[in-house]
Amino acid sequence: MTARLAAAFAPNRPALIAFVTAGDPSPAATPAILDAIVAGGADVIELGMPFTDPMADGPAIQNANIRSLAAGTRTADVLAIAKDFRARHPEVPLVLMGYANPMVRRGAEWFAAEAAEAGVDGVICVDIPPEEDDALGPQLRAHDIAPIRLATPTTHEARLAQVLDGAGGFLYYVSVAGITGLQQAATGSIEDAVARLKATTELPVAVGFGIRTPDQAAAVARVADGVVVGSAIVDLVAQHGGAPAPIEAFVRSLADAVATARQGVTA
Amino acid sequence: MNAPNSFRNQPPTGANSFRQQPDSRGHFGQFGGRFVAETLMPLVLDLDREYRAAKADPAFRAEFDDLLEHYVGRPSPLYHAERLSDALRTGAPAGMGAQVWFKRDELNHTGAHKINNCIGQILLAIRMGKTRIIAETGAGQHGVATAAVCARFGLPCVIYMGAKDVERQQPNVFRMKLLGAEVRPVTSGAATLSDAMNEGLRDWVANVHDTFYIIGTAAGPHPYPELVRDFQSVIGREAREQMLARTGRLPDMLVAAIGGGSNAIGLFHPFLDDPSVAMLGVEAAGHGLGGSEHAASLAGGFPGILHGNKTYLLQDEDGQIAEGHSISAGLDYPGIGPEHAWLRDIGRVEYDSATDAEALDAFQLLCRTEGIIPALEPAHAIAAVARRARTMRADQIILANLCGRGDKDIFTVANALGVAI
Repeated sequence: MTARLAAAFAPNRPALIAFVTAGDPSPAATPAILDAIVAGGADVIELGMPFTDPMADGPAIQNANIRSLAAGTRTADVLAIAKDFRARHPEVPLVLMGYANPMVRRGAEWFAAEAAEAGVDGVICVDIPPEEDDALGPQLRAHDIAPIRLATPTTHEARLAQVLDGAGGFLYYVSVAGITGLQQAATGSIEDAVARLKATTELPVAVGFGIRTPDQAAAVARVADGVVVGSAIVDLVAQHGGAPAPIEAFVRSLADAVATARQGVTA
Repeated sequence: MNAPNSFRNQPPTGANSFRQQPDSRGHFGQFGGRFVAETLMPLVLDLDREYRAAKADPAFRAEFDDLLEHYVGRPSPLYHAERLSDALRTGAPAGMGAQVWFKRDELNHTGAHKINNCIGQILLAIRMGKTRIIAETGAGQHGVATAAVCARFGLPCVIYMGAKDVERQQPNVFRMKLLGAEVRPVTSGAATLSDAMNEGLRDWVANVHDTFYIIGTAAGPHPYPELVRDFQSVIGREAREQMLARTGRLPDMLVAAIGGGSNAIGLFHPFLDDPSVAMLGVEAAGHGLGGSEHAASLAGGFPGILHGNKTYLLQDEDGQIAEGHSISAGLDYPGIGPEHAWLRDIGRVEYDSATDAEALDAFQLLCRTEGIIPALEPAHAIAAVARRARTMRADQIILANLCGRGDKDIFTVANALGVAI
């Protein structure tokens, strides 16, 4: 349901988008981790689908993929986790993030139908650029699932229209040319980029890659509609064996920082 | 002879040509494409534009041809393997047992066909103003060829290599280092070729402004499968002209080993519109296609998306990529170039496989009958030649690509034969 996603991005109320890999450290542990993320105050859940070859990810999320697959996580488990989450949290938007091959393996129509049935609101597919949209995009849109597109520092002006054509949910700005979880971009460059993107689209613009602390999250929340935090949460999952309490505390610190930044925006 | 090196110099294409793929989006039928992260898309589009311009530029072609002749040592010979042909006739019915010929690309500088492609890509890199080169390697042949051209043009070079491959290919690791390359062992995943390619893509995405990625096989996002094929097609163009000059006719069957498939597509492509020429690609069957220990993506895989293209992949029912296995580190990639996937589906090329054991037998057979130590990759092709030659008439011709020499493999072979050296 794309409406649930739209509701998460209110004007002057930046959203906190929290990423975790499904099945890390085990499929059974993920529901409690997701509940902790919601309890901590995240506005959108980004649930990673594990893949053997996560080409765009840094060591933290690579290792989360390896732990998840080693625990035997299957596509059916990921969909069941999403479906159970939807039953427990009817209003919290959930997007699936992952790579093309596990999504298209049984056919794009199969995947889109199953994801819709599970109550998924959007899909971020790292390696399906707009040029290859017909591999999955039409099926997602037909099931009212938002194909969430990525823009990067290398996405020049002339290309933006193509990136936005058929996009839904929010525009995910990858703030550094690189992989997940490592360096952070300068706040000034993020502000400029977000302004540029917002001039071309009605979609909310969320910023991710390299945002690891409440301070960094607050700085981004001042200039963007959403803040994505992934590797730092995944690191906590690894560090505490999937125990929910430290994750909830950390997400709350991020949510508080984003909320403070919101007040700064409205003041 | 006048070597038809230049890649413009192809036989003419007709209306129903098999040589007009891919389309402008890089699709070979349902395969190929540009399945990369957004960060890389503008770069891949730039490369496409620059490749079109280079292809039309006589100066680029002249430099490519000159380096192939004077640096690589082309044209490589076309060799009639008479003693091997005779040996394969033993036990065949009277009048059966084809003539076996080899395209001798193992005589190239750095010992394999890989250098043809590296020359083309480094010229493109320089043309695009890139100042740093990265590459992935499995057995180390592409790494050595890349390191060589980087030394030749004075560009810094980082080679990603699975930690397991670093261990089993020490001589090539040392060669790369001698040539000035930095070899970075990759420990993620299975620590082999597929993981090295992931790491190459991760480096590229973080260094798009100055870095050129020299992909080693005819796979990856468009235009790589096309440009690697074009650079490697010098093999088939030479072979076609040499065969016509020597025998006055075309071969009846072409045979080449397939990992990603660059030596095979290089040999096959210039012959695709010659209907009398049959073609056989030979995948690595490892311990046998019955189990999971093989690297035959066409025989045992399903269409999927990996490393920038849609093609046949070894994978499970959830789309998780399986590890390939082969005694040849150059063949144990879980995918295959998208043009081969297309050629197989339309039926223009036949694909078969050879096991580790068959490749070892063929390796020894060639050593003893012809005094040539082949790499384990073409040993798979020779194993298929041995099977097919007996089923063909004695006046027919099989041309196989001897795409690499076996010096790098003597430790692996000794180990497999239970010999301590």
